[in-house]
Amino acid sequence: MAAQATARHVEAPIASSVAIDVHDLSHSFRLHGSTLPVLDSINLRVGSGEFIALLGPSGCGKSTLLRLISGLDQPTAGTITADGAPILGPDPSRILVFQDPTLFPWTSVWKNVATGLETRGVLKHHRGRVDDALELVGLADFARAYPHQLSGGMAQRASLARALVNDPALLLLDEPLGKLDSLTRLTLQAELLSLWRDKAFTAILVTHDVEEAVLLSSRVIVLSERPARIKAEFAVDLPYPRRRDNPVLIALRRQILGTLGLEA
Amino acid sequence: MSQATPAVETVAPSLARPLGGPIWISGLYAAATWAAAAVVTKVLPDTVRYGSNDLFAILVALGAVGFALLAFISPRVGRFREPLDYYGPWFIAIGLWLAFWEFSTAKTGWLPKPFFSAPTGLLHVYVTDWPRLLICIGYSLRLWGLGFGLGASVGYVGGVALGWSKPFAYWGMPILKLIGPVPATAWIPVTFYFFPTTFDASVFIVALASGIPVMILTSSGVAAVNRAYYDVGLNLGAKPWYLVSRIAIPSALPHTFVGLFMGLYYSFAVLVVAEMLGSKYGLGWYIQFQTNYSGYANVYATIVIMSLICAGLVKLLFVVRDRVLSWQEGFI
Repeated sequence: MAAQATARHVEAPIASSVAIDVHDLSHSFRLHGSTLPVLDSINLRVGSGEFIALLGPSGCGKSTLLRLISGLDQPTAGTITADGAPILGPDPSRILVFQDPTLFPWTSVWKNVATGLETRGVLKHHRGRVDDALELVGLADFARAYPHQLSGGMAQRASLARALVNDPALLLLDEPLGKLDSLTRLTLQAELLSLWRDKAFTAILVTHDVEEAVLLSSRVIVLSERPARIKAEFAVDLPYPRRRDNPVLIALRRQILGTLGLEA
Repeated sequence: MSQATPAVETVAPSLARPLGGPIWISGLYAAATWAAAAVVTKVLPDTVRYGSNDLFAILVALGAVGFALLAFISPRVGRFREPLDYYGPWFIAIGLWLAFWEFSTAKTGWLPKPFFSAPTGLLHVYVTDWPRLLICIGYSLRLWGLGFGLGASVGYVGGVALGWSKPFAYWGMPILKLIGPVPATAWIPVTFYFFPTTFDASVFIVALASGIPVMILTSSGVAAVNRAYYDVGLNLGAKPWYLVSRIAIPSALPHTFVGLFMGLYYSFAVLVVAEMLGSKYGLGWYIQFQTNYSGYANVYATIVIMSLICAGLVKLLFVVRDRVLSWQEGFI
């Protein structure tokens, strides 16, 4: 009885969001025999269901931090926990979305989106979830298409669907809109926001776009040059949806740019 | 967005004719050249006798009639019109070639027996020796099928292992790099010692020739898979077997097919050599046997069969590749 119940409601035991604690986290790479420190004593708490943004100079280690939180890499020192449990490896409840859609080019959009269900052997009973995820990102008509037939924005939508089909409690967004044209980017920002409000997952967004950070997140964390430390933190206390021309946002944006050493 | 243009653009501009003309003009010319070949064969007296003159003349004349009919019918059958227009010049040239070939060999003896043969001579070989040729084709296909099948399978599995597993690559790669460049035929003396029958030895040689390029290309393809795909797979809960079978292998397939094409060509080359060594049947054996008796017409006839079989197998592999790799950009 119990087994049947879980098979039918795989999503039920997974919490819709998760709290992340990063404690005294340091990380370094080995490069040609020498060590290159990347992250230096990062302490960060992301509340369950919170949307935070990470800003910082390029190459400072933002993406490394996301990879560590996802569990794809293990930190040199310090701990990361998800709802108190240490993160020891990757898990479909915490999904990293890359700047490149990294869809598998050899298979259809539908199969790409189904990957996370297929690897866990639950695809047979949850085919409808793949269709739902495609519907959610507006790609229902492109289920049979191959990735190379999609535009950049559509491919990134498919990549989001591939993440969302697993009902992730945490979405790690590594500049997911970085390579898109500005109009597509505006559209996808709004879509991302409504997905987050709808699904209530925890979200950590790495971006270079200060406006994007203040528009989407409830907190903006600014990192220093490598090795990255937390340099400043800004709460964005505004109700959603936000307007780009809101004077509070514009002031905040100027302030953050100043912290990054760019006077606007 | 126009739908009419691509059909014309695939054909070289000078060969493209506007579609929908009342008559397929090239067909008429082809009918004329094929008829000429039939007339040359039937009417002119033989200087050198090759046999099967009448049959050849009838076949070529039938071809001429066929072209003439197509010339008038094809404009109404739109689907065939395009390839017919495209290959029209070839049909004309083949008719001319047959007429000239028959004329320069059988009719005038400019190209003397036994080193040259007339088209009627080749036809005569097929007519008189077809049972033995069929057996030889069967033997060759069996040897090739076993050799290429084994070689490609082992090469493929080995290539995936070499590309995926570090220990495999450590021990296997140096050996592969040493053995790979050696022509498979160089192993012939030793293989006859190690294998119980010449047939087994021949299968091994063909398998070796076809397997090594498949192995090298597959391993490099697997080793070159974009690491980000593995990250995506791991993040989505993939186990190692999933990473190999659903990410590494499909991602490496374009490389694998390059290896298969190379292996296919090598396997043909080696096949003939392997059959010349102590076989009882096979196209390579037949060529060797007929050469010893100066049966050059038989040799040419066999070469024609071989080229048709090899070209057919290459075409088949292209069809398979186009189906399997239809996901690649530019294929659709």
